[in-house]
Amino acid sequence: MIKDISLSKKHNAVIDPVKNLRKRKNTQNIAFAFIWLAGIIAVAALLFIVGYVVSNGFKVINLEFLTTRPAGGVSGKGGISTTIVTTVYLVILTLAIAAPLGIGTAVFMVEYTTEYAGKKNFVGYLISLIRTSVEILAGVPSIIFGLFGFAVFVSYMKLKFSLLSAGLSGACLVLPLIIRTTEEALLTVPKSYREGSLALGTTKWQMVFDVVLPSAMPGIITGIVLSVGRVIAETAVFWVTLGGSYRLPKNLLSSGRTMALHVYMLASETRAFDKALGTSAILIVIIILLNLAINISSKQFSKKFSGK
Amino acid sequence: MIDNNHINLKTKISVENFNLFYGKFQALDNISIDIPSNQITAIIGPSGCGKSTFIRSFNRMNELIPTVRTEGRIILDGKDIFEIDPVELRKQVGMVFQRPNPFPKSIFENIAFGPRAHGIRDRRILEEIVEKSLRQAVLWDEVKDSLTKSGLALSGGQQQRLCIARALAVEPEVILMDEPASALDPVATLKIEELIEQLKEKYTIVIVTHNMQQAARASDFTLFFNMAENRAGYLVESGKTTDIFTNPKNELTEQYISGRFG
Ligand SMILES: Nc1ncnc2c1ncn2[C@@H]1O[C@H](COP(=O)(O)OP(=O)(O)O)[C@@H](O)[C@H]1O
Ligand SMILES: [Mg+2]
Repeated sequence: MIKDISLSKKHNAVIDPVKNLRKRKNTQNIAFAFIWLAGIIAVAALLFIVGYVVSNGFKVINLEFLTTRPAGGVSGKGGISTTIVTTVYLVILTLAIAAPLGIGTAVFMVEYTTEYAGKKNFVGYLISLIRTSVEILAGVPSIIFGLFGFAVFVSYMKLKFSLLSAGLSGACLVLPLIIRTTEEALLTVPKSYREGSLALGTTKWQMVFDVVLPSAMPGIITGIVLSVGRVIAETAVFWVTLGGSYRLPKNLLSSGRTMALHVYMLASETRAFDKALGTSAILIVIIILLNLAINISSKQFSKKFSGK
Repeated sequence: MIDNNHINLKTKISVENFNLFYGKFQALDNISIDIPSNQITAIIGPSGCGKSTFIRSFNRMNELIPTVRTEGRIILDGKDIFEIDPVELRKQVGMVFQRPNPFPKSIFENIAFGPRAHGIRDRRILEEIVEKSLRQAVLWDEVKDSLTKSGLALSGGQQQRLCIARALAVEPEVILMDEPASALDPVATLKIEELIEQLKEKYTIVIVTHNMQQAARASDFTLFFNMAENRAGYLVESGKTTDIFTNPKNELTEQYISGRFG
């Protein structure tokens, strides 16, 4: 079949510019309507979830709820005081392990190995191994970190269900996040800062510590705050490493229960659904505050750096 | 073609048969030249002929690029720089870059950064160094009331003088400048040139410039670099700036300074 080219040419010639424009405008309007609709639905759904949890949750929140410990058992009675404390302990412990390790790894990868990257030697292989692992780990479902933590820390190292087991497992969970955000932050530090420092006769470490890290600090802090959020929100990992004791942990080897775990246990094992919502409401508020903190701190930093 | 008119002056840096390669690519071809002490030596030449590469050899900044390989010697005050620790060398040989690169710190911290890195902790001594360096860089009067302000809040010309002050604060003997005024407006440029003129009393200055008038105005000696299709950057002619500009010996130099190429 031979197409008649002259036909399509003729067809071209009869296009009415006014009609054509109106048609294209219509297409655009329909597309915009869809985009707006999608946006409105998404925002409405989110607001509904947050609104539902917070408004229902706040019904049970009062000073007593915050300051008494869970009664345990299937009744769901009591408050959440110990779970708040446990959450704080676990956040501090996890980040005390993960932040130095993660930042150190990123500094090693960005500052000390550029000359080896892609090279066929030991350091070159090591770096590509770290990069690949970090990428894979960042996408692994969190329960797998939990199983790993259970196998290695809880069972093999005999740390039992404890803050320490959970902190180590939590550190594994947030390590990829900290490494990645720190790496990105380090990569945005201009070469001219590094050269400026070295040209003054500083050692490489002085350059890293006194110029590069401070310049990358907003990005690094963002990564750390995101990790805090991750630990606060995590259930799967701690379900199999922290145990579930509602008592206040006495030491690193005590079992415990974070707020998120408490929500999970209340919802799955008791009939105190209202208290689960109350605890969730507090979790949501904390996450919102953390995000605000990221925004404010990065704005403060950029203000300071630009000197305005 | 090497013509050491200034043989009677004390030599600060002596370059002997120096070659530099970026991997397989040769960027500098057999350079030999003496740089006189307490003088301003300008390096001119078309872009890409290796001027930056050449001065970055003096403080071994090229070594930050892993593929770089050098041959030949560079002697600073009788010592081969490749036998000095680069960290120690860079204290003696300071550098000012093409684009002002103050750190995202206060003006005070920018200047105190070098001395601190070299071990000075006493606040009073640091304050003295900061003031002295800013005065030497003719920036003191403009910033003395705002030392806590960020270095990045200054104008381009002020930033470059801040970077000069920062380099002076570690008391180097040689200051390398790679087109220090190329990112600045004419007024700021003139200020930098006046400043450089004052600095030569205490320092040996090597300055790369793309600007012929600047070389003619602001230097005592001039090195003219060039390259050819099959030849890496090489030194065509060197000598007193007045001689190079009024009576160049090489035809290429003559063509270049009269603006016929480059
Ligand atoms: N990092 C590098 N890797 C490879 N080649 C480079 C590098 N830096 C510069 N060169 C090459 O070396 C030559 C000299 O460059 P440069 O010293 O910057 O010249 P100039 O400062 O005179 O313009 C150029 O051909 C440039 O492409
Ligand atoms: Mg250059």
